[in-house]
Order: sequence, then C-alpha cells, then structure tokens
Amino acid sequence: MTFRSRILAGVATDDRGSDDDRVFKALADPTRRFLLDLLFARDGRTLTELESELEMTRFGVMKHLRVLEEAGLVVPRRSGREKLHFLNPVPIRLIHDRWIDKYTERQIAALVDLKTELEEKGKKDD
Amino acid sequence: MTENITTHQVYRVYIKATPEAIWEAITTPEWSKKYGYQAPVSYDLRPGGAFQCEASEAMKEHGAPDNILDGEVVEVDPPRKLVQTWRAVWTGEGFTRLTYELEEEPGGITKLTLIHDLQGAPQTAAQIAGELEGAGGGWSQVLSDLKTLLETGKPMYS
Repeated sequence: MTFRSRILAGVATDDRGSDDDRVFKALADPTRRFLLDLLFARDGRTLTELESELEMTRFGVMKHLRVLEEAGLVVPRRSGREKLHFLNPVPIRLIHDRWIDKYTERQIAALVDLKTELEEKGKKDD
Repeated sequence: MTENITTHQVYRVYIKATPEAIWEAITTPEWSKKYGYQAPVSYDLRPGGAFQCEASEAMKEHGAPDNILDGEVVEVDPPRKLVQTWRAVWTGEGFTRLTYELEEEPGGITKLTLIHDLQGAPQTAAQIAGELEGAGGGWSQVLSDLKTLLETGKPMYS
C-alpha cells in the first residue's frame, strides 16, 4: 500500500456523514462540476485532455481532480502508460437515495421539467 | 495527442463489510435476489465456468426470457477479483467484459470497484448506466442497494 493510498484509505474510514460532506464540497465548485460534465460527455480521459478544455494550469486541474478523487466522484485507472479518469456516479446516487425523498421525487421531476421547458421557450422567444 | 474513446465504465463504492461478505453477495443467488434487480445468479466459479442470471418473477410477468444474462467466468481470485463475460440477452448484443475488484481497507471497509468494458454493445452500455427510461438505475443503483443491504441488513426497496 502506498503512502497516498494510505491517506485515501484513512479518509474513507471516516463515518458516513463525512463521505457526503466530501461529495457536496467537491460539487460546490464550478470547475469541478465542469470536469464531471466533461467526463460525463466522454469518459476515461487523460489529464492532458481535460486540461485542454480549461483555462487553467496543469497543477490547478490536478488539484481539482484530486478533490474529485477523494470524494470518489472520479476514479483513475491505468491504461498502459496513461492514467485515465473515469466518472463514478455511485456517490451521487447515494446522495440521491439519502436526500431526495422518493415520494416527492416525481413532483420535483415535474418542476425540473417545467423549468427546462420554460427556459427552452425563453430561448426561442429571444 | 491521441484521443481515448473508451468503452469502459467504472463504478466504485465503499462498503462497511468484509470482502468475503461482498463476494458472497455478488456470486450467490441467495444474496443476489435481495438487492438490485433481485434476480438469482448462478456461477461456476472457475475459468471457463458458466454464468447465468435468471429473470426474477417480476421480470417474467413482463415477458422476460428465463435467463436474462449469461456469460463465462474468466478469472477467479476470491474474495479479491472476478473477471467474467456478461451478455444482456434481451438486447441482442454480444458479450461484454465485467471485472469486480475488492480491496480491504482499514476500519472494516471494502472498496468495491466494478469495471465494465462495453465494446460493441451501446444499448447494454446505456442500460447499465441507467440511461434508459423505465429500465432501472443500472450499476449505480445496484451497488447503492448492495451497500445498503450489507450495512443495514435491509435492501433500499422493501
């Protein structure tokens, strides 16, 4: 076990509450949400590919990726000489199950649909 | 720069359970009936051994075939690694490749990583990503349910 994985493992042994904290914290940043959107559009990218989509130093992108990795939202995998980054949707699913009440979900979905529809309409009217 | 067009999907969850308990939950019908799509699996756990998953009663009522999944075991290292082929029979697509990795972490926690290579199987890929309307939440939902079941003794949807 490497030193780094020890630290990550230590982080993972915290109670459930702080798992959620890390996910919320990771999501509370526009650059990190953008990185997740990039991986959602096309998964398994290298740091170099991700960096090319952002006006940011390589070091800055690495820092954001590390926060996402520690929250479990991004999982790095080696492929030959490259390190590829994969979006892991499970922590978001867990938050969904924990925080989105299944009985109100349909109503929320309807409101989200309405919002999307009105905004689309707004765009067309412009 | 070459662009990686990957056909892999990666899912990871931390579960407060032993690797042995998770291994059993993945590979035995007694457990697989309790979470996710609640369908009983059968594994012949040796390289070349058969893998099948029967339709649950609920699926059969909706006209599912007797076996919804089939495949072959490629590599077995209990309770750390299982590699298998995996075909969603109803899609008409070919075999995909599924890898389970279980790593024990301090504090009685196991890191479960699932890597699904979906080369040549776009419909299966959409299905297991939970992107198809009315077809369930895919691996995210299955693994969340597995976590809930092993940690609380009860599945999410009961």
